[in-house]
Amino acid sequence: MSLLQLQGLSKQFGDTKIIRDVNLEIQPGEKHAIIGPNGAGKSTLFHLISGRYHVSSGSILFKGSPIHNRSPFEITRLGLARSFQVTNIFPLLSVFENVRCALLWSMGYRYSFWHLLGKARALNTRTEELLEEIGLHARRNLPAGELAYAEQRALELGIAIASGAEMILLDEPVAGMSHTEATNAVALIRKVTAGKTLIMVEHDMNIVFDLADRISVLVYGEIIASDVPSKIRGNPRVQEAYLGEVVPGGSDA
Amino acid sequence: MFEVMIFATLNGLVTGLLLFMLASGLTLIFSMMGVLNFAHASFYMLGAYFAYSISLYLGFWPALIVAPVLVGVLGGLIERYGLRRVHKSGHVAELIFTFGLAFLIEEAVQFFWGRATKDYRSPDILDFPLFTLFGQNFPAYKAFMIFISIAIFIALYFVLTRTRIGIIIQAAITHPHTVANLGHNVPLIFMAVFGVGTGLAGLAGVIAGPVLTTFPGMAMVLGSIVFVIVVIGGLGSLAGALVASLLIGLLQSYAIASDLGMPDLLNWLGVSFERDHPLNDIWRLTLPQIAPILPYLLLVLVLIFRPSGLFGKRES
Amino acid sequence: MFKFAIWIIFAIVIVLLPQFFSSLLSVSILNQMAIAIVFALSYNMLLGQGGMLSFGHAVYFGLGGFMAVHALLGIEDGNYSFSVTLIPLVGGLFGLLAALFIGSFSTHKAGTVFAMISLGVGELIAASSLILVSFFGGEAGVSGDRTYGPTFFGYDFAQDLQVYYLAAAWMFIATLAMYLFTQTPAGRMANAVRDNPERAEFIGYSARRVRLISFVMAGFFAGIAGGLFAVNYEILTEQNLNAVTSGNVLLMAYIGGLGFFIGPMVGAVVLTLVNSVLSHYTTLWMLYLGIMFVLTVMFLPSGLTGFLMMHRTPWHLGKIRLLIKPYIVTAIPGAVFALSLVAMVEMAHTSEAEFVFLGASFNSSGPMSWGVLVAIALASFIALRRSLPQLREAWAQANAIETGDQP
Ligand SMILES: Nc1ncnc2c1ncn2[C@@H]1O[C@H](COP(=O)(O)OP(=O)(O)OP(=O)(O)O)[C@@H](O)[C@H]1O
Ligand SMILES: [Mg+2]
Repeated sequence: MSLLQLQGLSKQFGDTKIIRDVNLEIQPGEKHAIIGPNGAGKSTLFHLISGRYHVSSGSILFKGSPIHNRSPFEITRLGLARSFQVTNIFPLLSVFENVRCALLWSMGYRYSFWHLLGKARALNTRTEELLEEIGLHARRNLPAGELAYAEQRALELGIAIASGAEMILLDEPVAGMSHTEATNAVALIRKVTAGKTLIMVEHDMNIVFDLADRISVLVYGEIIASDVPSKIRGNPRVQEAYLGEVVPGGSDA
Repeated sequence: MFEVMIFATLNGLVTGLLLFMLASGLTLIFSMMGVLNFAHASFYMLGAYFAYSISLYLGFWPALIVAPVLVGVLGGLIERYGLRRVHKSGHVAELIFTFGLAFLIEEAVQFFWGRATKDYRSPDILDFPLFTLFGQNFPAYKAFMIFISIAIFIALYFVLTRTRIGIIIQAAITHPHTVANLGHNVPLIFMAVFGVGTGLAGLAGVIAGPVLTTFPGMAMVLGSIVFVIVVIGGLGSLAGALVASLLIGLLQSYAIASDLGMPDLLNWLGVSFERDHPLNDIWRLTLPQIAPILPYLLLVLVLIFRPSGLFGKRES
Repeated sequence: MFKFAIWIIFAIVIVLLPQFFSSLLSVSILNQMAIAIVFALSYNMLLGQGGMLSFGHAVYFGLGGFMAVHALLGIEDGNYSFSVTLIPLVGGLFGLLAALFIGSFSTHKAGTVFAMISLGVGELIAASSLILVSFFGGEAGVSGDRTYGPTFFGYDFAQDLQVYYLAAAWMFIATLAMYLFTQTPAGRMANAVRDNPERAEFIGYSARRVRLISFVMAGFFAGIAGGLFAVNYEILTEQNLNAVTSGNVLLMAYIGGLGFFIGPMVGAVVLTLVNSVLSHYTTLWMLYLGIMFVLTVMFLPSGLTGFLMMHRTPWHLGKIRLLIKPYIVTAIPGAVFALSLVAMVEMAHTSEAEFVFLGASFNSSGPMSWGVLVAIALASFIALRRSLPQLREAWAQANAIETGDQP
């Protein structure tokens, strides 16, 4: 059974349709990439899946049960974590606290006010390990808002993967990183998502073809193709739409 | 009953329009700068006190012009040298700054004018009953208040919709970030809006002082109600502020004028309680008694059921 | 270990304080401080730690206090009997209930909406308290007597000093509890929600629930402070739950510094002290307080504690002494300037012909005395302005991390 199913999903703001009748199935363990030109609705799609926006119509099933229009925290608790295209961290908390907070729920602390964080050994060890993995160990005590841009991106990723969720959504995780930083980040993503399900929005084709098992192409809110990388590469509609050579006049102006 | 209703409506209108004069400035300032000016009613108080002092020497009419201008200039200066400095520490700091300002202005007023109520009176020329209905007088000064308020709104409406600066202000309300890109001097506009907003509050003080009495607590009395209004109306919505002002003005006025209360309700329901019932206070409440808390009750209800207010779109 | 030592020292200090300040006046000031510390710390659970700006925190203080007085009255009437030492807990629990009820709808959002609801609820309850006479006692308030309960190891709490030990003990416990709360998952998530409520939801937490927990905790500790107030003053009035008290606690927390756990404690101590000392010398103390508040918001946005903490870097670099001289050079004209302004304000306010200020005598209506004061003010202001560049320079130097020439 698929882990995530989008059925006839649509979203409009006022009169503008941003997502149009999207159908998509993601299998457990799949690494899925979503590509498409700017403004195609990729981030919006993520916002719908993760509960940031309500859907206009259609449904989203995660592990067979509907999750659309549930709150983000409920969806997160079901095992669906995400990162954001625009860095979205806790600016005044230290890097260490950012990661530790991201771990709290998954490690069963819930809203506890009877555990002392300082005494939570397993939690703190896990936090240190994660800091090591995302390469921010040396910066652990700095307020997150004072990190350099690429470091904030690494932290963004770290917060998303911390909970060890079954399904992870990454929205342009390496955008704005230097070449080496991006290579490291990709290696990290590969490592932490091993055995998990990944959906990723990414503009860098090398990374997409390197990581993904399957690719969907989103143009003007519609999925025009969804297939294995080799087929996508040769698909003429994709080349036309995505590389933006000739924008067809027809239906959507 | 009928004459009670008519006078209650007229009085509610006077209060409502007065409240709107404060609420409109507060709304403009909030929409432009994102600051809820806690000290807004303090400028209203300053208007009344300035006008009182000026009227001692020059009479009421010059005070009507000069006092609001003075208040507006003071407001502009406070924006320029105080608020702007605090701006970089964030909205909470700005709110706290205006809160401190309200506190400070109240103390300063007591320092300069003392604690006692000032004998600030309406001009003699308006000291006659405009009409008499069912043996009750309607003072000409209240009609004058209505006239001034409406004149101000028409002017405000005209400025906002027909002039260049008005268009810029409207643009700044809906698209705060783009206006700067268009090359307008945004800090100057801010200062001007703050000055005009506080000046309007000052004008409200000038005309309200003789009716609502001029004393150091007058800002406190009105201040939180004006806050309630802009929140009920929906932060940043001028139309909402107008509706909420009139609503609150009329509501309070009717509540005060009515002689209904819990006893009537209980009678009607056929229930009665002993005098020593633990909730006796509640069973004996009357509408005039709870008139002062009605705005707050309304506020809490509106915020629970419609957090963005009656007409609101934007949130903080 | 180090932290543990701090708490021990704190305990020793509060036990020993009355030995050094034993007059009736100073004990009553100490009592006020203990109450203010608990109240201000509870306020900071909202604003500093949770990002919720409240204009109605006195509601929980006052409701807790009123309930505590009623509990005292119950003991007096012989309805039940328990030790007065537990009265603050009664206040706390009632504050908690009230916060649970009000928080259930007010913590939806932080920001302006929360601030406005808190204001509305505060005004609503303050106004209702004048109407619901049987619980709030109208204008006169409700008073009780703390000496009816069973004695506690020989203490009957007739004297203020005994009340001090009770208040100090509760203050210590409450402070410790509030500190420990900041070290728990719920406490840390309160910071996270303050910083970024949206992201908190994407790591599994309901921002609203996190806020509600902080809010209820804050209500509880405010109620404890109210209960202590009830024991100390044996009377509560509408004053204790209205906007003035709410404003006061905001002032204490802000002046002390919102960003540090100890900030509100500093604010509570300093302001209680300033209030009692200033109100002793001048009727204009509220005016000075207002000025102080506005200046703090403008120039020391992180409060007194934040100002002290700014010196950590120079301290660690061992360059704090670079600052001593410039500070003195700035502080002296600064103080003279401030004092000369105060003198003018006081002189304008006095109704007597002879005005004595700091031992100097002025003729309060004479142009000479005005001339002298204005001259002093001007001269000191110029000296102050002149000293500032040096101070800035020294500050930059003291914070500069030098590379190379260090051993
Ligand atoms: N809250 C909103 N209200 C109105 N329009 C919106 C909203 N959010 C997104 N849009 C519009 O939806 C369209 C798709 O935006 P989206 O961010 O999903 O694109 P994207 O594919 O992620 O683009 P990019 O590659 O630039 O990140 C854009 O035209 C955007 O303006
Ligand atoms: Mg996007």
